[in-house]
Amino acid sequence: MQIYRGHVLICAGTGCVASGSKKVQAEMANQLEAFNLENDIKIVETGCHGFCEMGPIVIVYPEGIFYCQVKMEDVKEIVEEHLLKGRPVKRLLFRDQMTEEMVPHYRDIDFYKKQNRIVLGNCGFINPENIKEYIARDGYEALAKALTQMTPEQVIDEVKASGLRGRGGGGFPTGLKWQFARDAKGDKKYVICNADEGDPGAFMDRSVLEGDPHALIEGMAIAAYAIGSDEGYIYVRAEYPLAIKRLQIAIAQAHELGLLGKDIFGSGFNFKLNIKEGAGAFVCGEETALIASIEGRRGEPRVRPPFPANKGLWGKPSNVNNVETFANVPRIIAKGSQWYAGMGTEKSKGTKVFALTGKVKNTGLAEVTMGLTLREIIFEIGGGIIDDKKFKAVQIGGPSGGCIPEQLLDLPIDYDSLISAGAMMGSGGLVVMDEDTCMVELARFFLNFTQMESCGKCTPCREGTKIMLDILERITKGEGKEGDIELLESLAKTIKSTSLCGLGQTAPNPVLATLRYFRDEYEAHIKEKRCPAGVCTALASYSILEDKCIGCTACARVCPVNAISGEVKKPHKIDPAKCIKCGACAQACKFNAIVKK
Amino acid sequence: MGKCCCGSDCQDSRFTEILEQYKGKDGVLIPVLQKAQEIKGYLPEETIRAIADYFNKPYSEVYGVATFYAQFRLKPSGENIIRVCAGTACHVRGGKKILDKVCSELNVAPGETSADGKFSLEPVACLGACGLAPVMMINDTTYGRLTPEKVTEILAKY
Repeated sequence: MQIYRGHVLICAGTGCVASGSKKVQAEMANQLEAFNLENDIKIVETGCHGFCEMGPIVIVYPEGIFYCQVKMEDVKEIVEEHLLKGRPVKRLLFRDQMTEEMVPHYRDIDFYKKQNRIVLGNCGFINPENIKEYIARDGYEALAKALTQMTPEQVIDEVKASGLRGRGGGGFPTGLKWQFARDAKGDKKYVICNADEGDPGAFMDRSVLEGDPHALIEGMAIAAYAIGSDEGYIYVRAEYPLAIKRLQIAIAQAHELGLLGKDIFGSGFNFKLNIKEGAGAFVCGEETALIASIEGRRGEPRVRPPFPANKGLWGKPSNVNNVETFANVPRIIAKGSQWYAGMGTEKSKGTKVFALTGKVKNTGLAEVTMGLTLREIIFEIGGGIIDDKKFKAVQIGGPSGGCIPEQLLDLPIDYDSLISAGAMMGSGGLVVMDEDTCMVELARFFLNFTQMESCGKCTPCREGTKIMLDILERITKGEGKEGDIELLESLAKTIKSTSLCGLGQTAPNPVLATLRYFRDEYEAHIKEKRCPAGVCTALASYSILEDKCIGCTACARVCPVNAISGEVKKPHKIDPAKCIKCGACAQACKFNAIVKK
Repeated sequence: MGKCCCGSDCQDSRFTEILEQYKGKDGVLIPVLQKAQEIKGYLPEETIRAIADYFNKPYSEVYGVATFYAQFRLKPSGENIIRVCAGTACHVRGGKKILDKVCSELNVAPGETSADGKFSLEPVACLGACGLAPVMMINDTTYGRLTPEKVTEILAKY
């Protein structure tokens, strides 16, 4: 084996590829050759580091120097200065946003300091297309341990004792779910991975699939052994082509080494894994709909019971877990349930990966121990709000969840605390909103999504979400009426209690949560015909501040409906009857004389 | 090469090969439709009929599946497919302005194909690249941190 004196890790996750990491990698190969370093320094194409905002990310080992937003033109300097002469390129180091100081080392960056990367432990460190790199980091050790030293019951007991709960949203105890599938009678059982990550604003599963696919495969194999299954399916969104490609490579490599297939580790255990590509339907994240889709039918959910544990794929007992849940399993088996249960809160153990996005300075994936507060995640890991604006709320749990306002920022996050605050863990999307976000408009946005994705099978969801959306659209257009809020609440209650599946049962949550914490914004829209955040165009009004306007006529020239009049060098005026509120004047004004209310 | 069984005179045996590949297997409808769409660019009625006949299923069932999933197109698409992310992160970072810009540049509404047949604008819930919001994808390439001005530049490349 060839020994290299250094490694250059280049992120090849979707985020960094979109920012140009492929070009950086090609140039790195060229430059290493140009400086005759190709036998000294090895390039490793890794999965996602989670700090997508700063991509393309390049890390140089053994030093662990972290370069961010690296461009093709920067590569020569990195090779010549750092790799050849040993002097890190200062201008490309990460700068702390608070102190403006350079932070050369990965582990010292605030974004990573508070994190506890277990599920994402390999993401960004190994080449996901090479199984040997996974094995070198103790990969497949847990599967060997389970197959050769433990009975299926012991595996289930270990997972139960760890306190692991489903990371897809519901938070059901994983060990218990496995127990149900094990106890179910049947000659054939299936293990299914839900990789149909559909929540807008969540991409942690994508990163695991792209950055550490073997962790998922190993977790699924352990689950199969525990419940007595010999075949599994991974249901992946078709929108994730790179994830599908990496999974295919990983499965093929695991087969080659005998880690999938027949008689694994000589234990007599067989396991075959299939990939099913989804075709674009949010409702397929619901387990019975997902199963229908694998069977080649319309992805419509059905009434439970019978639960998939008894009657799942092709009518056989099946166990469905999400990607992050499975990826936790090898670590639990390898290190033991005691270790895992030692992290987190009383009822929520381990870590959770959050996708931190929206109006926050550091966007990306953050894996934290359960029980950390939202304030720590948003202001320490996330670095606070962009342009130092005022924090307003954070949406957690996607379209099934709710928003958490400022007064609850010190809430320790776990499954139960979020439910009592009117939100839910969901898949772990955290979308941060500042003072410029209209909460009524946000509720409308989510209802629009769930209404479009409603499969139409049951009436409360199909009709109910449509009516709620109609009301919200009216309110944001300034046509809200007295009684709308009460009607929304009553519809929400009915839809929640009578819908067939989780999609409908949680669809009203964004409305209920915004009503709970921001009722005054709804009232301002309905009673005063005013949007406090200034977002709803129909309710906005533009006016010119006389003391700031110098009469340059720039606004009048861009106004498409000639609503602005005035003499040159004298303050202008906007005719509200003509104004269509397009905002062109405010953009054209160089003196900040035009205000929107 | 034999005549294609897709119902048209396309002389393309790839479609027939796909049908044969999945013959006698369970749960194949979605992959067959996906592969058929890859070859033809969309799913014409005669193709849906041919699939239904081949797998001995009612036309209504195959049509039902083809219309359930967002991925399937029943009309021909443009040369390039644009997906503007409508996810939450993109929404709060101005995704709507990106969509409006694409619509006005190409003079299309979501779900439509431009008059010159060069671009189709398809709806998508979330592209999962939230760290780079707002985002759009053209074919398999993801473009992040977009501004309306960047949209014009990017579209000009195609």
